[in-house]
Amino acid sequence: MELAGVATVAGFVLGTLCAVGLRSGGGMARLCSIYVEAIRNTPLLVQIFLVYFGLASLGLRLSAFVVAVLALTINVAAYTAEIMRAGLDSIPPGQIEAGECLGLSRVQLYWHVLLLPAMERVYPALASQFVLLMLASSVCSQISAEEMTAVANHVQSETFRPFEAFIVLAGLYIVLSVLMRAVFWLLGLALFPRRRRLGTAL
Amino acid sequence: MTDKDPVVELRDVHKSFGALKVLDGVSLTVARGEVAVIIGRSGSGKSTALRCIDRLEVIDDGEIVVCGHRLTDAKLNLRALRQDVGIVFQSYNLFPHLTVAQNITLAPVSVKRVSRAEALETAQAVLRQVGLQDKADAYPEQLSGGQQQRAAIARSLAMKPKVMLFDEVTSALDPELTAEVLRVMEDLAASGMTMVVVTHEMSFARRIADQLVFMHGGRVRETGPGDILLDPQTPELRQFMSHELHAATR
Ligand SMILES: Nc1ncnc2c1ncn2[C@@H]1O[C@H](COP(=O)(O)OP(=O)(O)OP(=O)(O)O)[C@@H](O)[C@H]1O
Ligand SMILES: [Mg+2]
Repeated sequence: MELAGVATVAGFVLGTLCAVGLRSGGGMARLCSIYVEAIRNTPLLVQIFLVYFGLASLGLRLSAFVVAVLALTINVAAYTAEIMRAGLDSIPPGQIEAGECLGLSRVQLYWHVLLLPAMERVYPALASQFVLLMLASSVCSQISAEEMTAVANHVQSETFRPFEAFIVLAGLYIVLSVLMRAVFWLLGLALFPRRRRLGTAL
Repeated sequence: MTDKDPVVELRDVHKSFGALKVLDGVSLTVARGEVAVIIGRSGSGKSTALRCIDRLEVIDDGEIVVCGHRLTDAKLNLRALRQDVGIVFQSYNLFPHLTVAQNITLAPVSVKRVSRAEALETAQAVLRQVGLQDKADAYPEQLSGGQQQRAAIARSLAMKPKVMLFDEVTSALDPELTAEVLRVMEDLAASGMTMVVVTHEMSFARRIADQLVFMHGGRVRETGPGDILLDPQTPELRQFMSHELHAATR
């Protein structure tokens, strides 16, 4: 749970920075695009093992939780980068020009002019991606991170009633998904006051 | 600075897009407090000339000096230039997620670092100037085209620019809304603002221009006071004027 939460926030920040990098042209853009393609074309489980064993071989001994957060963040950031880039690309160039003509710096332009409208345009895609991330966090049981699937596994090996244990688990995930969507809906209302005021749907 | 000091000066400016020569040796001087109006057929390079003044396009050859900034200078401080120059486009380009007041205060607060209270005060003043004092809390999409364009003018004015550039700011508006925007521009000209205006509104051009510039094929073909429209010296301007007259009476 916190696993998915932390990874969502960190992944969004990292992914958005990466989206800006993708649009910047030059070496930075190439680097970002290699990262995004590498992540989007390999399975999450493999990425988790890579981070897990990679850090271990560097002599870093981190808790399974930290490793899981890292791996999930690296994963979701790549998808977020693609989504946010599409959002940023959909902003009319006249908006950027208007900002530049007012003397805004690059950073101010992204922060005040581009970020929110871009997010608004791809908000449903972003929300889905983060729900997917939450569901995918179940595979972190593979590196014995204490999360719901691991617990269910534990329960079924104690009670020898795997079907019931996993049915309960599935129910829990559904509840969590619905909750998460509700949270994103509320967050959307807070982030996009214009939508709230004009009553347009997201 | 005396009144005769040029605020905008273009000397033999050349600009091409690929093989297409768009500006072919344009020279133009706009003194402080002066209103220069650029007219000409579609494609004659009016917008490009204006965009070069705010360094939205980089020129190939020649020289441009705006408010003391030499635009061809390698050490040009672009953001300082942009603070001295206000520009308004045909598409208003208001930021849709911000209210009118937020649109107006954004740059003064984040670029000029004035306090929020002071920026709000300025916003109210410029909104009064364009007749939108009761629209501060509206979002752009709640406004008519004419109101949006006036809000965009207000947003530029809030930066207290030394020169304002207008690129066909009424072309997307119907006659009634056009009139309200033109009135704002006339007030602004009367208040002593230095302006460079590209427009297709001929009677407005004649009224407001201290200097009228007729561009043709990337060159300044004819220039003089507004009244040159009544008595064109070149066949190109004569033809352009008769065309505009036909368009107006149609
Ligand atoms: N960024 C660009 N890339 C390529 N060609 C361009 C670009 N901007 C303008 N042009 C071309 O340059 C020529 C002059 O354009 P410009 O916009 O300056 O004309 P204009 O006088 O403003 O015309 P209008 O009255 O239609 O606005 C046109 O042929 C146009 O297609
Ligand atoms: Mg034009």
